[in-house]
Amino acid sequence: MTLNWKIGGVALGLVFFLAVLLVKPIGVSTQFVILDGIVADVVNPELVTKTDDGYTSTNAYLAKSGGKYAKSVANPLNYSFIFVIAMMVGAFLSAKMRGGNGADENKLPAIHYANFGDTPIKRYAIAFAGGFVVLYGARLAGGCTSGHMMSGMMQTALSGYIFAAGAFAAAVPVAMMMYKKG
Amino acid sequence: MQIVLALIIGALFGFVLDRIGATNPTVLIRMLSLRSLGLMKAILLAIGVGSILMFGGQMVGLVDVGHMSVKTAYVGVFVGGLLLGAGWALSGFCPGTGVCAAATGRKDALFFILGGLLGAAAYMITYPSVKATGMLDAIAGGKVTLGSVPGAKYDGLMAMPGDVLGIVLGLIFVAVAFAVPEAPGGDAVPAPAE
Repeated sequence: MTLNWKIGGVALGLVFFLAVLLVKPIGVSTQFVILDGIVADVVNPELVTKTDDGYTSTNAYLAKSGGKYAKSVANPLNYSFIFVIAMMVGAFLSAKMRGGNGADENKLPAIHYANFGDTPIKRYAIAFAGGFVVLYGARLAGGCTSGHMMSGMMQTALSGYIFAAGAFAAAVPVAMMMYKKG
Repeated sequence: MQIVLALIIGALFGFVLDRIGATNPTVLIRMLSLRSLGLMKAILLAIGVGSILMFGGQMVGLVDVGHMSVKTAYVGVFVGGLLLGAGWALSGFCPGTGVCAAATGRKDALFFILGGLLGAAAYMITYPSVKATGMLDAIAGGKVTLGSVPGAKYDGLMAMPGDVLGIVLGLIFVAVAFAVPEAPGGDAVPAPAE
Protein backbone atom coordinates (compact mmCIF):
# COMPACT_ATOMS: atom_id res chain seq x y z
CA MET A 1 0.00 0.00 0.00
CA THR A 2 1.55 3.31 1.04
CA LEU A 3 5.31 3.10 0.73
CA ASN A 4 7.63 3.62 3.64
CA TRP A 5 8.83 7.25 3.49
CA LYS A 6 12.42 6.26 2.80
CA ILE A 7 11.60 4.07 -0.19
CA GLY A 8 8.94 6.51 -1.38
CA GLY A 9 11.27 9.50 -1.02
CA VAL A 10 14.10 7.84 -2.90
CA ALA A 11 11.70 6.70 -5.64
CA LEU A 12 10.30 10.23 -6.00
CA GLY A 13 13.82 11.69 -6.01
CA LEU A 14 14.82 9.27 -8.77
CA VAL A 15 11.85 10.37 -10.87
CA PHE A 16 12.86 14.03 -10.46
CA PHE A 17 16.43 13.14 -11.39
CA LEU A 18 15.32 11.11 -14.41
CA ALA A 19 13.26 14.06 -15.64
CA VAL A 20 16.12 16.56 -15.44
CA LEU A 21 18.62 14.00 -16.81
CA LEU A 22 16.58 13.16 -19.90
CA VAL A 23 14.42 16.23 -20.57
CA LYS A 24 13.73 19.01 -18.06
CA PRO A 25 12.45 19.56 -14.52
CA ILE A 26 8.90 18.46 -13.74
CA GLY A 27 6.04 20.98 -13.69
CA VAL A 28 2.27 20.63 -13.81
CA SER A 29 0.20 23.78 -13.29
CA THR A 30 0.89 25.38 -16.69
CA GLN A 31 -1.12 22.58 -18.27
CA PHE A 32 -4.34 23.87 -16.68
CA VAL A 33 -3.78 27.02 -18.75
CA ILE A 34 -3.02 24.97 -21.84
CA LEU A 35 -6.22 22.93 -21.44
CA ASP A 36 -8.21 26.15 -20.90
CA GLY A 37 -6.61 27.50 -24.06
CA ILE A 38 -7.42 24.37 -26.07
CA VAL A 39 -11.08 24.53 -25.01
CA ALA A 40 -11.34 28.29 -25.56
CA ASP A 41 -9.67 27.98 -28.96
CA VAL A 42 -12.34 25.48 -30.05
CA VAL A 43 -15.07 27.93 -29.02
CA ASN A 44 -13.23 30.89 -30.52
CA PRO A 45 -10.66 29.88 -33.18
CA GLU A 46 -9.39 33.47 -33.29
CA LEU A 47 -7.84 33.01 -29.83
CA VAL A 48 -4.60 31.42 -31.01
CA THR A 49 -3.19 32.24 -34.40
CA LYS A 50 -0.07 31.27 -36.32
CA THR A 51 2.44 34.00 -37.12
CA ASP A 52 5.50 34.01 -39.38
CA ASP A 53 7.77 32.93 -36.57
CA GLY A 54 5.48 30.97 -34.24
CA TYR A 55 2.15 31.51 -32.51
CA THR A 56 0.39 34.35 -30.76
CA SER A 57 -2.92 34.93 -29.02
CA THR A 58 -5.46 37.64 -28.41
CA ASN A 59 -5.07 36.70 -24.72
CA ALA A 60 -2.05 38.51 -23.28
CA TYR A 61 -1.14 35.63 -21.00
CA LEU A 62 -1.07 33.06 -23.80
CA ALA A 63 0.87 35.49 -25.98
CA LYS A 64 3.55 36.26 -23.40
CA SER A 65 7.17 35.05 -23.71
CA GLY A 66 7.03 34.90 -27.49
CA GLY A 67 3.77 32.95 -27.53
CA LYS A 68 5.12 29.77 -25.95
CA TYR A 69 1.79 28.97 -24.30
CA ALA A 70 -0.06 29.79 -27.54
CA LYS A 71 2.22 27.31 -29.30
CA SER A 72 1.39 24.57 -26.79
CA VAL A 73 -2.34 25.29 -27.16
CA ALA A 74 -1.99 24.91 -30.93
CA ASN A 75 0.04 21.69 -30.51
CA PRO A 76 -1.38 19.72 -27.57
CA LEU A 77 0.84 16.72 -28.36
CA ASN A 78 3.80 18.36 -26.64
CA TYR A 79 5.98 16.96 -23.87
CA SER A 80 4.51 18.86 -20.91
CA PHE A 81 0.86 18.24 -21.77
CA ILE A 82 1.35 14.53 -22.48
CA PHE A 83 3.35 14.35 -19.24
CA VAL A 84 0.29 15.30 -17.18
CA ILE A 85 -1.94 12.83 -19.05
CA ALA A 86 0.69 10.15 -18.35
CA MET A 87 0.70 11.10 -14.65
CA MET A 88 -2.99 10.22 -14.55
CA VAL A 89 -2.31 6.88 -16.22
CA GLY A 90 0.43 6.13 -13.66
CA ALA A 91 -1.76 7.05 -10.70
CA PHE A 92 -4.65 5.05 -12.15
CA LEU A 93 -2.46 1.94 -12.50
CA SER A 94 -1.06 2.34 -8.99
CA ALA A 95 -4.57 2.67 -7.56
CA LYS A 96 -5.79 -0.37 -9.51
CA MET A 97 -2.84 -2.45 -8.26
CA ARG A 98 -3.54 -1.58 -4.63
CA GLY A 99 -7.24 -2.31 -5.01
CA GLY A 100 -8.53 1.27 -5.30
CA ASN A 101 -9.57 3.79 -2.66
CA GLY A 102 -12.87 2.16 -1.79
CA ALA A 103 -16.32 3.62 -2.50
CA ASP A 104 -16.49 5.62 0.73
CA GLU A 105 -13.13 7.32 0.14
CA ASN A 106 -14.00 8.04 -3.48
CA LYS A 107 -17.19 9.76 -2.33
CA LEU A 108 -15.38 11.88 0.26
CA PRO A 109 -12.06 11.59 2.11
CA ALA A 110 -11.89 10.39 5.73
CA ILE A 111 -10.63 13.73 7.04
CA HIS A 112 -13.68 15.53 5.68
CA TYR A 113 -15.96 12.89 7.21
CA ALA A 114 -14.25 13.25 10.59
CA ASN A 115 -14.75 17.02 10.63
CA PHE A 116 -17.96 17.64 8.71
CA GLY A 117 -19.77 14.30 8.60
CA ASP A 118 -21.36 12.73 5.54
CA THR A 119 -21.64 15.95 3.54
CA PRO A 120 -20.36 15.18 0.03
CA ILE A 121 -21.79 18.36 -1.51
CA LYS A 122 -19.90 20.44 1.03
CA ARG A 123 -16.73 18.49 0.22
CA TYR A 124 -17.17 19.07 -3.52
CA ALA A 125 -17.72 22.79 -2.92
CA ILE A 126 -14.54 22.96 -0.81
CA ALA A 127 -12.56 21.03 -3.44
CA PHE A 128 -13.88 23.32 -6.19
CA ALA A 129 -13.06 26.52 -4.27
CA GLY A 130 -9.67 25.09 -3.28
CA GLY A 131 -8.91 24.25 -6.92
CA PHE A 132 -9.79 27.77 -8.01
CA VAL A 133 -7.49 29.38 -5.42
CA VAL A 134 -4.70 26.85 -5.96
CA LEU A 135 -4.51 27.38 -9.70
CA TYR A 136 -4.93 31.15 -9.55
CA GLY A 137 -2.09 31.19 -7.02
CA ALA A 138 0.06 28.78 -9.00
CA ARG A 139 -0.23 30.87 -12.14
CA LEU A 140 0.50 34.07 -10.22
CA ALA A 141 3.55 32.37 -8.71
CA GLY A 142 4.58 30.89 -12.06
CA GLY A 143 4.53 27.31 -10.79
CA CYS A 144 3.14 24.93 -8.21
CA THR A 145 4.26 22.34 -5.71
CA SER A 146 5.95 20.37 -8.51
CA GLY A 147 7.62 23.12 -10.51
CA HIS A 148 8.52 25.57 -7.75
CA MET A 149 8.80 23.55 -4.58
CA MET A 150 10.23 20.24 -5.70
CA SER A 151 11.95 21.04 -9.01
CA GLY A 152 12.86 24.55 -7.88
CA MET A 153 14.37 23.75 -4.50
CA MET A 154 16.14 20.73 -6.02
CA GLN A 155 17.89 23.13 -8.41
CA THR A 156 18.61 25.61 -5.56
CA ALA A 157 16.38 28.19 -7.30
CA LEU A 158 15.72 31.26 -5.14
CA SER A 159 12.14 31.38 -6.49
CA GLY A 160 11.51 27.84 -5.19
CA TYR A 161 12.40 28.87 -1.65
CA ILE A 162 10.25 32.02 -1.83
CA PHE A 163 7.33 29.93 -3.07
CA ALA A 164 7.72 27.27 -0.38
CA ALA A 165 7.83 29.95 2.32
CA GLY A 166 4.56 31.45 1.07
CA ALA A 167 2.83 28.10 0.56
CA PHE A 168 3.55 26.76 4.05
CA ALA A 169 2.93 30.12 5.74
CA ALA A 170 -0.68 29.87 4.52
CA ALA A 171 -1.20 26.12 4.40
CA VAL A 172 -0.27 25.24 7.99
CA PRO A 173 -2.64 27.67 9.76
CA VAL A 174 -5.49 26.98 7.31
CA ALA A 175 -5.13 23.20 7.74
CA MET A 176 -4.98 23.53 11.52
CA MET A 177 -8.03 25.80 11.79
CA MET A 178 -10.15 23.98 9.26
CA TYR A 179 -9.48 20.35 10.19
CA LYS A 180 -9.29 19.93 13.96
CA LYS A 181 -10.27 16.26 13.92
CA GLY A 182 -9.07 13.18 12.06
CA MET B 1 11.11 10.49 -28.57
CA GLN B 2 10.06 13.43 -26.36
CA ILE B 3 6.51 12.10 -26.27
CA VAL B 4 7.73 8.62 -25.28
CA LEU B 5 9.76 10.16 -22.46
CA ALA B 6 6.74 12.20 -21.36
CA LEU B 7 4.70 9.01 -21.19
CA ILE B 8 7.33 7.08 -19.22
CA ILE B 9 8.44 9.79 -16.76
CA GLY B 10 4.91 11.14 -16.32
CA ALA B 11 3.53 7.68 -15.56
CA LEU B 12 6.33 6.99 -13.08
CA PHE B 13 5.68 10.33 -11.37
CA GLY B 14 1.94 9.67 -11.08
CA PHE B 15 2.56 6.12 -9.86
CA VAL B 16 4.99 7.23 -7.14
CA LEU B 17 2.78 10.16 -6.05
CA ASP B 18 -0.03 7.69 -5.46
CA ARG B 19 2.26 5.23 -3.66
CA ILE B 20 3.51 7.81 -1.16
CA GLY B 21 -0.05 8.74 -0.27
CA ALA B 22 0.05 12.14 -1.98
CA THR B 23 -3.23 11.53 -3.83
CA ASN B 24 -5.07 11.18 -0.52
CA PRO B 25 -6.38 14.50 0.90
CA THR B 26 -6.43 13.03 4.41
CA VAL B 27 -2.68 12.36 4.24
CA LEU B 28 -2.04 15.85 2.80
CA ILE B 29 -4.13 17.67 5.39
CA ARG B 30 -2.64 15.66 8.26
CA MET B 31 0.78 16.69 6.93
CA LEU B 32 -0.12 20.38 6.55
CA SER B 33 -1.63 20.51 10.04
CA LEU B 34 1.65 18.97 11.29
CA ARG B 35 -0.04 15.88 12.73
CA SER B 36 1.57 13.24 10.56
CA LEU B 37 4.76 14.09 8.68
CA GLY B 38 5.59 10.84 6.89
CA LEU B 39 4.78 12.40 3.51
CA MET B 40 6.81 15.50 4.40
CA LYS B 41 9.76 13.26 5.18
CA ALA B 42 9.38 11.54 1.79
CA ILE B 43 9.20 14.88 -0.07
CA LEU B 44 12.23 16.31 1.75
CA LEU B 45 14.17 13.14 1.01
CA ALA B 46 13.11 13.29 -2.65
CA ILE B 47 14.31 16.89 -3.03
CA GLY B 48 17.62 15.95 -1.39
CA VAL B 49 18.14 12.84 -3.51
CA GLY B 50 17.18 14.70 -6.69
CA SER B 51 19.53 17.56 -5.87
CA ILE B 52 22.52 15.35 -5.03
CA LEU B 53 22.06 13.24 -8.16
CA MET B 54 21.51 16.23 -10.45
CA PHE B 55 24.45 18.32 -9.26
CA GLY B 56 26.67 15.24 -8.85
CA GLY B 57 25.69 14.21 -12.38
CA GLN B 58 26.59 17.67 -13.67
CA MET B 59 30.01 17.46 -12.02
CA VAL B 60 30.88 14.18 -13.71
CA GLY B 61 29.39 15.32 -17.01
CA LEU B 62 26.43 12.92 -16.99
CA VAL B 63 23.74 15.57 -16.67
CA ASP B 64 23.45 18.41 -19.19
CA VAL B 65 23.53 21.69 -17.23
CA GLY B 66 21.33 23.12 -20.00
CA HIS B 67 18.46 20.94 -18.78
CA MET B 68 18.09 23.13 -15.71
CA SER B 69 15.05 25.38 -15.74
CA VAL B 70 15.07 28.05 -13.06
CA LYS B 71 11.99 30.22 -12.58
CA THR B 72 12.05 33.96 -11.99
CA ALA B 73 11.84 35.34 -8.45
CA TYR B 74 9.25 38.13 -8.01
CA VAL B 75 6.89 39.29 -5.26
CA GLY B 76 4.01 37.41 -6.90
CA VAL B 77 5.83 34.15 -6.27
CA PHE B 78 5.29 34.68 -2.55
CA VAL B 79 1.72 35.99 -2.92
CA GLY B 80 0.84 33.16 -5.29
CA GLY B 81 2.47 30.75 -2.86
CA LEU B 82 0.19 32.03 -0.08
CA LEU B 83 -2.89 31.53 -2.25
CA LEU B 84 -1.80 28.09 -3.36
CA GLY B 85 -1.01 27.13 0.22
CA ALA B 86 -4.46 28.20 1.42
CA GLY B 87 -6.25 26.28 -1.33
CA TRP B 88 -3.97 23.29 -0.84
CA ALA B 89 -4.88 23.10 2.87
CA LEU B 90 -8.59 23.66 2.17
CA SER B 91 -8.84 20.92 -0.43
CA GLY B 92 -5.93 18.61 0.33
CA PHE B 93 -4.93 18.75 -3.34
CA CYS B 94 -2.28 20.57 -5.33
CA PRO B 95 -2.30 20.64 -9.15
CA GLY B 96 -0.29 17.44 -9.70
CA THR B 97 -1.83 15.39 -6.92
CA GLY B 98 -5.32 16.64 -7.86
CA VAL B 99 -5.18 15.23 -11.38
CA CYS B 100 -3.66 12.00 -10.06
CA ALA B 101 -6.32 11.72 -7.35
CA ALA B 102 -9.04 12.07 -9.98
CA ALA B 103 -7.42 9.22 -11.89
CA THR B 104 -7.55 7.01 -8.79
CA GLY B 105 -11.33 7.48 -8.69
CA ARG B 106 -11.75 10.31 -6.20
CA LYS B 107 -14.86 12.29 -7.12
CA ASP B 108 -13.90 15.41 -5.15
CA ALA B 109 -10.71 15.66 -7.24
CA LEU B 110 -12.85 16.22 -10.33
CA PHE B 111 -14.34 19.27 -8.64
CA PHE B 112 -10.84 20.40 -7.73
CA ILE B 113 -9.78 20.15 -11.40
CA LEU B 114 -12.89 22.04 -12.53
CA GLY B 115 -12.18 24.79 -10.00
CA GLY B 116 -8.55 24.76 -11.09
CA LEU B 117 -9.41 25.23 -14.75
CA LEU B 118 -11.60 28.20 -13.81
CA GLY B 119 -8.91 29.63 -11.52
CA ALA B 120 -6.32 29.36 -14.29
CA ALA B 121 -8.78 31.00 -16.70
CA ALA B 122 -9.37 33.79 -14.19
CA TYR B 123 -5.62 34.40 -14.09
CA MET B 124 -5.44 34.44 -17.89
CA ILE B 125 -8.11 37.15 -17.92
CA THR B 126 -6.72 39.22 -15.04
CA TYR B 127 -3.06 38.85 -16.10
CA PRO B 128 -2.71 42.39 -17.57
CA SER B 129 -3.94 44.03 -14.34
CA VAL B 130 -1.76 41.76 -12.18
CA LYS B 131 1.22 42.69 -14.33
CA ALA B 132 0.39 46.38 -13.96
CA THR B 133 0.82 46.15 -10.18
CA GLY B 134 4.54 45.42 -10.66
CA MET B 135 4.13 42.22 -8.65
CA LEU B 136 5.62 40.24 -11.55
CA ASP B 137 8.80 42.33 -11.84
CA ALA B 138 11.95 40.34 -11.14
CA ILE B 139 13.58 40.73 -7.73
CA ALA B 140 17.05 39.71 -6.49
CA GLY B 141 18.23 39.07 -10.05
CA GLY B 142 15.18 37.12 -11.20
CA LYS B 143 16.22 33.71 -12.51
CA VAL B 144 18.90 32.99 -9.95
CA THR B 145 20.20 29.98 -8.09
CA LEU B 146 21.63 30.24 -4.58
CA GLY B 147 25.18 29.48 -5.73
CA SER B 148 26.74 29.98 -9.17
CA VAL B 149 26.30 26.74 -11.12
CA PRO B 150 29.20 26.20 -13.55
CA GLY B 151 28.03 26.34 -17.17
CA ALA B 152 24.46 27.34 -16.29
CA LYS B 153 22.73 30.29 -17.95
CA TYR B 154 21.56 31.50 -14.53
CA ASP B 155 23.37 33.86 -12.18
CA GLY B 156 24.15 32.86 -8.64
CA LEU B 157 22.92 34.81 -5.64
CA MET B 158 26.25 34.01 -4.04
CA ALA B 159 29.59 33.49 -5.76
CA MET B 160 30.22 30.05 -4.24
CA PRO B 161 30.15 27.07 -6.62
CA GLY B 162 26.49 26.23 -7.15
CA ASP B 163 27.01 22.54 -7.81
CA VAL B 164 28.89 22.02 -4.54
CA LEU B 165 26.25 24.08 -2.71
CA GLY B 166 23.54 22.02 -4.38
CA ILE B 167 25.03 18.81 -3.06
CA VAL B 168 25.50 20.28 0.42
CA LEU B 169 21.88 21.51 0.47
CA GLY B 170 20.80 18.12 -0.86
CA LEU B 171 22.53 16.44 2.06
CA ILE B 172 20.84 18.89 4.42
CA PHE B 173 17.43 18.01 2.94
CA VAL B 174 18.20 14.33 3.51
CA ALA B 175 19.33 15.01 7.10
CA VAL B 176 16.19 17.07 7.81
CA ALA B 177 14.04 14.31 6.31
CA PHE B 178 15.48 11.91 8.87
CA ALA B 179 15.30 14.44 11.73
CA VAL B 180 11.66 15.45 11.26
CA PRO B 181 9.45 13.42 13.62
CA GLU B 182 6.82 11.26 11.93
CA ALA B 183 4.14 12.31 14.43
CA PRO B 184 5.17 15.56 16.18
CA GLY B 185 2.25 15.67 18.60
CA GLY B 186 2.99 12.17 19.81
CA ASP B 187 -0.06 11.18 17.81
CA ALA B 188 -0.29 7.42 18.20
CA VAL B 189 -2.84 6.99 15.45
CA PRO B 190 -1.12 6.82 12.07
CA ALA B 191 -2.79 8.30 9.01
CA PRO B 192 -4.97 5.71 7.34
CA ALA B 193 -3.18 4.21 4.36
CA GLU B 194 -6.38 4.30 2.36
